Amino acid sequence: MNQIHGLARISCLAIAAATALGVASAAQAADIRIGVAEALSGGAAQYGISIRNGFQLAVEEINAAGGVNGNKIELVIEDEQGKKEEAINAFKKLIFQDKALMLFGPTLSNSAQAADPIAQASKIVVFGTSNTADGITTIGDHVFRNSVTEADVLPVTIKTAARVANIKKVAVLYGNDDVFTKSGYDNFKKALDDQKMPITTTETFAKGDVDFKAQLTKIKATNPDAIVLSALLAEGAPIMVQARQLGLTVPFIGGNGMNSVKVFDLAKGASDGLWVGSPWSIENRTPQNNGFIVAYTKKYSSAPDQFAAQAYDAMHIATEALKKVKLSGDLAKDREAVQAALPAVKWTGATGAFSFRRVNDKSGKPAGYDANQVPIVSTTRGKNYEIEK
Amino acid sequence: MLEQQLFNALSLGCVYALFALGFTLVFGVLGVINLSQGAIFMVGAYAALTAITQLHAPLWAAILFAFVFSGTVGLLIDRIVLKPLRKRDAPHLIPMIATIGLGLAMNSLVQGLFGAENQRFPSEILPQDSLQIAGVSVTVLELGIILVSFVLMTVLMITLKKTQLGRALRAIAESPKAARLLGINVEGLFMLTSFAAAGLGGISGVLIGLYSNALFPLMGQPMLHKGIAVIILGGMGDIRGAMLAGLFLGFAEVLSVAYIGSNMRDAVAFGLLFLVLLVRPKGLFGSVQERKV
Repeated sequence: MNQIHGLARISCLAIAAATALGVASAAQAADIRIGVAEALSGGAAQYGISIRNGFQLAVEEINAAGGVNGNKIELVIEDEQGKKEEAINAFKKLIFQDKALMLFGPTLSNSAQAADPIAQASKIVVFGTSNTADGITTIGDHVFRNSVTEADVLPVTIKTAARVANIKKVAVLYGNDDVFTKSGYDNFKKALDDQKMPITTTETFAKGDVDFKAQLTKIKATNPDAIVLSALLAEGAPIMVQARQLGLTVPFIGGNGMNSVKVFDLAKGASDGLWVGSPWSIENRTPQNNGFIVAYTKKYSSAPDQFAAQAYDAMHIATEALKKVKLSGDLAKDREAVQAALPAVKWTGATGAFSFRRVNDKSGKPAGYDANQVPIVSTTRGKNYEIEK
Repeated sequence: MLEQQLFNALSLGCVYALFALGFTLVFGVLGVINLSQGAIFMVGAYAALTAITQLHAPLWAAILFAFVFSGTVGLLIDRIVLKPLRKRDAPHLIPMIATIGLGLAMNSLVQGLFGAENQRFPSEILPQDSLQIAGVSVTVLELGIILVSFVLMTVLMITLKKTQLGRALRAIAESPKAARLLGINVEGLFMLTSFAAAGLGGISGVLIGLYSNALFPLMGQPMLHKGIAVIILGGMGDIRGAMLAGLFLGFAEVLSVAYIGSNMRDAVAFGLLFLVLLVRPKGLFGSVQERKV
């Protein structure tokens, strides 16, 4: 027993010392403390690290330009490992121990579903930059995101393709034994119905199929102007190759699963004419995006991706709100002031013009805020994406 | 459209038959359902891919390399795993379980070496364009797969029926003990069969990998499942049966997509398979009393 008491006493002392040190260094460093919880290790680390890089780049720029009304931003970064439990722990630490003014993260929608209710209950803004699932922002009015969902992207992809390529009727092909491709199909179906686009035939395939020619031959006989394809690249690329072999040359309209540069390799020789929508594109030559790409490449010696761009923009969006907040020193009051200022922010950054859109929860009451942003629609030609306006 | 669908069915059927030929050979001679055949199929495809991308081998050499490489893997499996089990007279479920484990190990190994993402053969290696024959789009590869599967079936059947080697193999299939008493080198022929069957699995991996344009560590899994259905339908261990049953599955799948709907494809194809087995429980060519080679 004595021994246990001794150990407990030592660890208490250690925690106290660490807390004291933390407070001391923070007081000297920065005035606005923002919590970041992203997956910096584990399976989702490739996304989480891009996101962190985007945040750090934005904060560096903001602080170099004088900060927020003279106050510098300090990031407190936690690794939530892409796990629900860790995301909850990280949020609790950032909210109660680090006393952050607002939170960014977590990386995955699953984690957001678990951890965001804690932020909502603590009345602190949580801002997701990569959560695209349904039912995140319906958690409550303190939940914000600037990530664009597939339900937002697909209607725009179809509309743009229909206008530019003069598409009047489409065939649909999707994988019916995969949650992601099936949900992509549901979103496509809704968008096609909303736009009153006739569907000539709907065909399916299963994971691991090697031959899609039966479906494609049938599709060809219905003479569509385009094929709407909800597939992962593993099946999507062979589908494009086999379609071209059958003389089926109409464009493909793909979902998020087809939005990868690997299509140029896996469907080599048959990769032209694929339409995809995305919140960000490296080919988008706006001044804001060029500035971001140059600065990011200089700082990290690698090209940015969509996740870095969305995080970078999110930090600027939050900063716009913080500029309008008069900090009182009362943490609870200041956190509520951020929540009040954020919805009105309008910003044009690396991903283009952005504003928030209020969403309703299941009972129809107003809840959190989704992204209101036009995705970028591109087509494949040669080895590149070309942006279509 | 009907002509195109019939041709699609023929080439898909030959894809299934190609895989099933090696699979059924092992069962016919060794009496083992080798569930690592799907992984061997995948190993063959990756062996050829490595030969083409790293050693810049032409396609014929890559196929030969895949045959030898997968064959050697099959031979090692027989020597290291199946032979000790035979020696101990293990019940026939034991080698089946052992080969499941071997398949998993090979999948993980290839995933570790090459990564889980899809790869493909360089497109320059084969003409990708289609020929138009009587209004039907046909690729060189499809013709190749159809030709190879029929040639292999013929060669295997002639070998088994007409040659001294075939007689010895059939004797082993009847009873390894009796064959040994007759002076047949039973272990030697087991090795030969394991090598040839795995080698054929490797070749089908290359051809089907070229066909689907998608190489990934688990590519053998769906093929293995369909392959099991095909060799059961054909009559376990029967070469001609494997060929016919492969074609049967191909036609059933394609025609159900064409006339019923792709959502119902597997239900229709495997429903038909079930009906055939109700009428002929030993498969199309399986006989009730004896096991055939």
